Formats: sequence, structure tokens, C-alpha cells
Amino acid sequence: MAVKRKPKLAVWKFASCDGCQLSLLDCEDELLAVTDAIEIANFPEASRSVTRGPYDLSLVEGSITTPHDAERIHKIRRSSKYLVTIGSCATAGGIQALRNFTDVKEFVSIVYANPQYIETLSKSTPISDHVMVDFELRGCPINKFQLLELISAFLNGRKPNIPPYSVCMECKLRGIVCVMVSRGITCMGPVTQAGCGAICPSYNRGCYGCFGPKETPNTDSLSKWWKQKNMSDDDIVRAFRGFNAYAEPFRKESEAHER
Amino acid sequence: MLNRFGKRVRLMKGRTIKVNYLSRVEGEGGLYIKIKGDKVVDAKFTIFEPPRFFEAFLRGRRFTEAPDITARICGICPIAYQMSSVHAMESICGIRVEGQLRELRRLIYCGEWIESHGLHVYMLHAPDFLGYEDAIQMSKDYPDIVKRGLKLKKTGNDIVTLLGGREIHPVNVRVGGFYRVPRKKELQALVDPLKWARDAALETVRWTAGFQFPDLEQDYEFVSISHPHEYPFNEGRIVSGKGIDIPVEQFFDHFEEQHVKHSTSLQAVIKERGSYFTGPMARYALNYDRLSPIAKEAAAESGIAKVCNNPFKSIIVRSVEILYACDEALRIIENYEMPDHPYIEVRPQAGTGHGATEAPRGLLYHRYTIDDDGIIGDARIVPPTSQNQKTIEGDLLNFVPKNLDLPKDVLTWQCEQAIRNYDPCISCSCHFLKLKIERE
Repeated sequence: MAVKRKPKLAVWKFASCDGCQLSLLDCEDELLAVTDAIEIANFPEASRSVTRGPYDLSLVEGSITTPHDAERIHKIRRSSKYLVTIGSCATAGGIQALRNFTDVKEFVSIVYANPQYIETLSKSTPISDHVMVDFELRGCPINKFQLLELISAFLNGRKPNIPPYSVCMECKLRGIVCVMVSRGITCMGPVTQAGCGAICPSYNRGCYGCFGPKETPNTDSLSKWWKQKNMSDDDIVRAFRGFNAYAEPFRKESEAHER
Repeated sequence: MLNRFGKRVRLMKGRTIKVNYLSRVEGEGGLYIKIKGDKVVDAKFTIFEPPRFFEAFLRGRRFTEAPDITARICGICPIAYQMSSVHAMESICGIRVEGQLRELRRLIYCGEWIESHGLHVYMLHAPDFLGYEDAIQMSKDYPDIVKRGLKLKKTGNDIVTLLGGREIHPVNVRVGGFYRVPRKKELQALVDPLKWARDAALETVRWTAGFQFPDLEQDYEFVSISHPHEYPFNEGRIVSGKGIDIPVEQFFDHFEEQHVKHSTSLQAVIKERGSYFTGPMARYALNYDRLSPIAKEAAAESGIAKVCNNPFKSIIVRSVEILYACDEALRIIENYEMPDHPYIEVRPQAGTGHGATEAPRGLLYHRYTIDDDGIIGDARIVPPTSQNQKTIEGDLLNFVPKNLDLPKDVLTWQCEQAIRNYDPCISCSCHFLKLKIERE
């Protein structure tokens, strides 16, 4: 019987902090087992060696911010059987998408003494604005156990078990008393997708939305609750303009409160 | 002719060495060296990481958001960004964080050093010395060593996770202290793993000291934070081996940033003197006597001098710092008493403040201006890799001419290794162009 070849994994980076791909190396207890099951064919942060494509699974970190990168992602898509985006930059444009809310033409003319040195696009956009994406892992950073679940699901030909419900569910599951109800701390948990394990509320602070919008988020209702707690429109804008500012529900809500 | 790994190679005929995409570094950079005759006419450590403009979008944000936002500059050293930003903000608002809260900040920094240095020593740098493309391949021949490295790194991550909530972009650091402080019992859980890690770090020093080191010694100007009683993390003056001794707020009186075409990162230099060196070798050279006894003994046993001038040996110094960080973490946990309040209440007041701390890969300087409502009007950040960039190029200019007889693929690999000596974090280094130009 022919030996089945190991599937090939590639990790790609666009504009980002490297934290999400580091999550793979942070799987200290599982890393060697992962590499037994899957061939790391292209992962420059970890290895000099590069195996040519096509790749069975591509993990893409970072957002598209340069004309060169807008081309490069198409090449990666063509050489990838499955393409999964990891983290807020790749799924929503990241914190660098805050540039999307400024008047870029004016900004550039004020700012660049030598614009010919730098190539940058006016907007930071998620990978799914450019190519078809098979699955998205949320988070700033992603949760490494969700990453392992994703790889495991891929190896076994099943759909990853990544719940789309809110952080509130995780608080309830962990038995954390609601910080907003009991202590009046403003929290984005009700509109933010689960996955982190409700870390912030367990450390006595409100969620700041780093996993991006949950399915069908009621951002308008949350803003009304915040206003009852005397939160200003400026602060509401800042809350929704965080690491997932350009994700549509958060973007629309922040624009509704902009003066 | 055979290369050092027994592979047949051609002697170097090409007159350029080029690596388009450097591996085993954080971020996107390359290498370009041009040779004429037996002279190197150009050496560039190119950085093409797309700029993300943190200093631009920090304007208009609340001062309390700076630690969470700047952490996103780097997924490998988020604590460093959180620490430099909170110290800058606290200096504006006129508060000092002392006692156990200060100790907890040192402890979380120990975690980041162990994690980041562990990653670099075992996963990114050691494979160069032993002739492997990566640590996964290395694990086929040295499974126990790679496992030791992973476990060591995990011990660092466990400290950051306990104190910060998660290992990457922790959530618990705030201006004035922490959102929640651990109970004594929670920290006790780290004691046994840290004792193991301290032994493993000692083994790491011995292991790395046995490597073969290419010959390269230069008269560097080392720059680091220095504190009279402690090996530096969060606090102290900025000192150099050639006479600089200044408070943090005078950073820009002595250092400046230059904009070069081949890099989306600015290059920092000492005014009128040029390049300098920051990171583990600088800290070690300038603060040797404040290492703990066990770290000093291990350094002495490894054979490195009190001032080490061969950047390839940075892997030994990094290992000594892992050992120190484990030892220091144990000291802090042993003396820990849970503070009554997790943070000091900080009211904003208009002003400008500075913070400089020691990221795993070197000095990280932040400056902010805020108004009476605590809204940021101006931000400036100088990360370690933009400070080392010119020194790295200087190393290549010196290293290549002495080694032109090496086969091209060996020389190329050694040049990559020369860059990895600095554990460059390219993602960190290049978010700074816009505001620089705006000021001019």
C-alpha cells in the first residue's frame, strides 16, 4: 500500500505583528505532534527551508496594505487548496485599518516628504476583500487551542468547531459574574465573538472586542446601555474602533456615533 | 568542494549575495551585499515590512488605551510595549508605581524574556550553529534538547499568562498597575516549573557555550538602561559604554533617527557618532555586576568575558539572561505579598512624558503628549531593531571581506546568521515613517 504523503502547511504574513503565527510556535506541548502529522512547507518565521507549492492548507496572517501585497495574495490563493485567515488583521484589517477612517489624500500630502520611498494603499483591508477565504479564525491574537482545533479538523476532513456566539456565553460557562451588570464596567462582550475564554472579565475589566463581531450583534442596543452609564459618543467611537474597527457591524456603529 | 554540512557546492563566483526573504526573524526583511574585487561596496539589511503607522493613529486615543494598542506593534514582545507606555503615561501624571506592584511588573517582564529568549535561542538561532534549516529538523537528531527549549519557553509564557491573562497581547497591564493582582497561592504554582527552568537555563548556557563561533569582534558602543541596584527591566538611566549617562527624557538630545530608502524602518544613531548596539550583549556589558550570583557564575564558566564583543556569542549572553530571569522571578515570588489595591488611580493631566524599558531585544523608548482629558496628541516610539539596524549592516561590512573564500551558500547562510545575532523584530521596527516626516 502506498504511504500517504503528509499534507503541506504554509504560513503567510501580510501587515501584522507576527503574534498569530507565533501562536503556532506557542503550542509548546503540541508542536512536535503537529509536525508529525503535517509538513511545514513554508513558514519563514520558523524555517529557512521552503518547499514549493501547491499547499494543502495556507494560514494567512495580516491585512492587505500595499499594491504588491494585493497581488501577492492572489498567487497564494492559486497555490492553496484551503486558505484560512488567522487573526483580526487578516479577517478585518486589524488596528492598522484605523487609517481607513481618515482623509488619506490630505494625510499623504501633509505627511510624505519622500512618498516615492513608500508604497501604501489608502485602506487596510481583510484578505476576504481580495480572494475567496475558506475559513476565518478570529482574535487579536487568535486562541492557540482554536488553531489546533482548526488544524485537527482539517486533517480529519471535518468542519472546525468554532462557536460564533458571544463572549457573554463564555462568562456564563466559566461562572464569571457580569462585570457590566454587577460593577458598571462597560464591556463589549455582548457583541463580541467568543473564543478567548472571557479573559478580560476574569481579570476585572470589560471585553474590548478583540475577537470582532459575533453573529447578528446588536451593537445599537449595547451603545444605548453604555449611554445610560454616561459613556460619551467619543468613547463609544473609540470602543468600536479597536482591533476590528473595519468589521462591518463595528464600523457602522462607530460611524453612527461620530459627530 | 564540500560545505560544512557535507553538501557539494561551487566556490563563490557571483559578486552579490542576496536573500530576498529572511527566515527565522520576526517580520519581513532581506539582505543585499555587493562585492567588488575583495571589497564589500554595499551591505544592506533591507526592511520591506509594510508600515502600519501606530504613531499616527494613537493621536486622539485615550492615554489608558496606549498599553493595549502599542502591544499590537509586536506579538513577540507585547509586554515591552505595555511597560514603556505605562511608564511614560505615569511620568506625565506624576505617579510612581512602587512596592509589590513594581515587583509584579518585573515578574511579567521576566516571563517575556524567558519566552522570547527561549524562542530565539532554541527555535531561531541554534539551528544555524548546528546546521539545520529549523528546530523541527533539529528535533530529529536532538529531540531532548528541542523539548527542553520548548518547555523553557513555556515556563516564560506561563508567567505572562498568569499575570497577563494570555501569552500574546496580555490584557491585565494598565496605567497605574494591573486590573487584577494574583494571590500568593497562584504565584506559588510557578515555583516548581521555575526551579526546573533555572536548571534548564544553566544547561542552556553550557550547551550554547560549546558551539563554534565565527570570528567577528568590533568596538561597539553598547547602550542600555542602567539601574544602581538591579539588572535593568523597567527603570533607570540610559547609559553607553562610551560615556552617555542621561535620564530617559533626554533620549532625543543624544539620539536621532534617519530615513533611508531601503527600509520602511527609521535607523536610529547617536548624534555625531553613528551606530550603536542595544540588546542582551549591551545590557550584559553595562550591568554585569548586577546579575545574580548564579548567572555570573554561569557566564564565567561559559568563558565569555564581562564585555563580550562577538555578536555571534549573543546566544550565550541570551542564555545567561534566561537564567537570570528565572532566578529573579523566583526571588520575586518568594517575597511576594498581595497588594491591597491592584492599581493606583491615575488622573490625566496635560504634559509630555517618556518611558524606556528593556525589551528582550533591546531598548524601547516611548514619548507621549496628552491633554487634560487624557487624549493623546502626539506619540513617538523607537524600537530596538531600528536602533540596531545600522550596527547589523556594519557587521556585514566587516564580516564578508574576511570570508570571501567561503562557498557562496555557506557565506550567505552565515550572513543570515549574523543578522539573527540581533534577534531582529522587523514587525516592531517599521511603523514610524509618517510622523517623522510630518515633524520635519
